[in-house]
Amino acid sequence: MNDVMSPTAGHPSTAKLPLKPLGKVIAVTSGKGGVGKTFVSANLAAALAKRGHKVLVLDADLGLANLDVVLNLYPKTTLHDVFTGKAKLEDAILPAPGGFSVLLAGSGMVEYSRLTPEVRDEFLRIISSLVPHYDVVLLDTGAGISDVVLFAVSLASEVLMVATPEPTSLTDAYATIKVLVGQQQRQIVRVVVNQASRPGSGLTITNQLQQVLDRFVVTEPDRPIRLIHMGDIPVDPEVRQAIMRRQLLMQTTPGCPAGVAISQLARKLEESVIPKPA
Amino acid sequence: MAPLTLSPQIDLQDLQLDDARALLKHDAKEIQQEAEESPTGYLQRVIDGLCEISLKDPLTGLGNRRHLRSILERSIETVARSGESVLLLLLDIDHFKSINDTYGHQAGDQVLQAIANCLADCVRPMDTVVRYGGEEFAVILPHCPPLFGRAVAERIRQTVASLSIPVSPLINVQATISIGGAYAPEWVRSTADLWIERADQQLYRAKSSGRNQVCLDQPRELSVSAEEKGLLFAHIATEEATMIRNLSGDAPLDLQGNATKRVNA
Ligand SMILES: Nc1ncnc2c1ncn2[C@@H]1O[C@H](COP(=O)(O)OP(=O)(O)OP(=O)(O)O)[C@@H](O)[C@H]1O
Ligand SMILES: [Mg+2]
Repeated sequence: MNDVMSPTAGHPSTAKLPLKPLGKVIAVTSGKGGVGKTFVSANLAAALAKRGHKVLVLDADLGLANLDVVLNLYPKTTLHDVFTGKAKLEDAILPAPGGFSVLLAGSGMVEYSRLTPEVRDEFLRIISSLVPHYDVVLLDTGAGISDVVLFAVSLASEVLMVATPEPTSLTDAYATIKVLVGQQQRQIVRVVVNQASRPGSGLTITNQLQQVLDRFVVTEPDRPIRLIHMGDIPVDPEVRQAIMRRQLLMQTTPGCPAGVAISQLARKLEESVIPKPA
Repeated sequence: MAPLTLSPQIDLQDLQLDDARALLKHDAKEIQQEAEESPTGYLQRVIDGLCEISLKDPLTGLGNRRHLRSILERSIETVARSGESVLLLLLDIDHFKSINDTYGHQAGDQVLQAIANCLADCVRPMDTVVRYGGEEFAVILPHCPPLFGRAVAERIRQTVASLSIPVSPLINVQATISIGGAYAPEWVRSTADLWIERADQQLYRAKSSGRNQVCLDQPRELSVSAEEKGLLFAHIATEEATMIRNLSGDAPLDLQGNATKRVNA
């Protein structure tokens, strides 16, 4: 069995990573599925847009794309058409309701959920040509440690790990962080605890994750792993309501507890990663 | 699918059902219109019968390739959303050609049937066994954690190897199988083709490393030890303890588990 922590034992396709992760690209990822990556990506994009940033969200979840559902957008032209050479990149980018741009995967992308050299090159080409045009590019990735997810994350300068307090979600988040450290030599992973049961519980969780990492994951002495707690998003019935109505929470009820938490997350990212808009 | 626009009245005399009837009869499923049965009801039974045989392999009575595909596609949907663990095994009889060449094709068919029966006996009712092609079979095992999968595949391999299959009054043959397997990718929607391809690669490995063995494509395991989990969930234990304490209003326990004395200030 492959030892995921050993840099040499990694999957062949992760051996040749792009030289340097691209600035301003933030990968929103998780260990377990269904914890709220797409919800966070879309609403965070809206919150950042409201603060004056030019934002693009890319549906990098080739296997289980559902950003289209959350945004209620079903365009004719998608990332799939760009991959197959049927459309130009700029034709697949469309305005989303929250004042940002999106590039949706399209259902045919399932075929590309296996990371071949062609898929890697095309992905890299697309993201590199997008970056200069935006203040922030958010990658809504799939869950777990599939090749495509790891590759998408490797392109990003920042990782936003979404976890819920549930034991299964924590275990998978922890395992994913271990892989990111082992294969990609990540030193900083930013954590958002979604569906937090009460205020403050998220920070405890991030601290706990940090403790376990410190204790069990061996890194080079000058390259410790640091988790940065970026905030909690409470369980909020408005989240489901918004999704059922196919509207963005940040548009319908930005003042609800989850909405306020997302705005805080945007502010915190602005303080740490994204320069304030001019 | 476009809606069907049949007129409400079906005249069975107008339909050419002879071929269908013959096919069904051949499969020991003679379907006659019952005395009181409406033409629609009868037609439905004929169609159901045809659907059933279209998914079956006539020689072994197992499901066929078409059946496999529909099960795989359904599993992919479930696994993608639930993270359930589903294993696909591809099994190929070793040196089948030489059995055919030595004992004749009829013997070959008998071997296929005996192994088919054996496979069907080796698995749970919820599992599916199909004849995938020539001397190749497939088994789909839903709800199949990794350790369990290897054990089942191993058991199948051994059971088949221990069979003594009579192909003529005086001759029994023994056959072995090679098995390759792959789990459905969890939390990722994939295609049936990709899944089969992964299992097939493992089957190739099993064949090229000497046959009569099992090779499984391990799901990329998120390996987290019990020790790590213990520390990971420490906060939950503390939180729960606090909650229970608060709910019951009991005095907190000291390290030995004795209730500490409450001191009124
Ligand atoms: N803070 C919250 N409060 C209440 N419900 C929430 C919250 N966050 C997410 N949910 C619920 O969880 C569901 C899943 O969220 P989402 O689709 O964003 O997850 P995901 O991580 O992108 O899933 P996948 O791994 O399938 O892509 C949402 O439809 C919503 O109902
Ligand atoms: Mg999603």
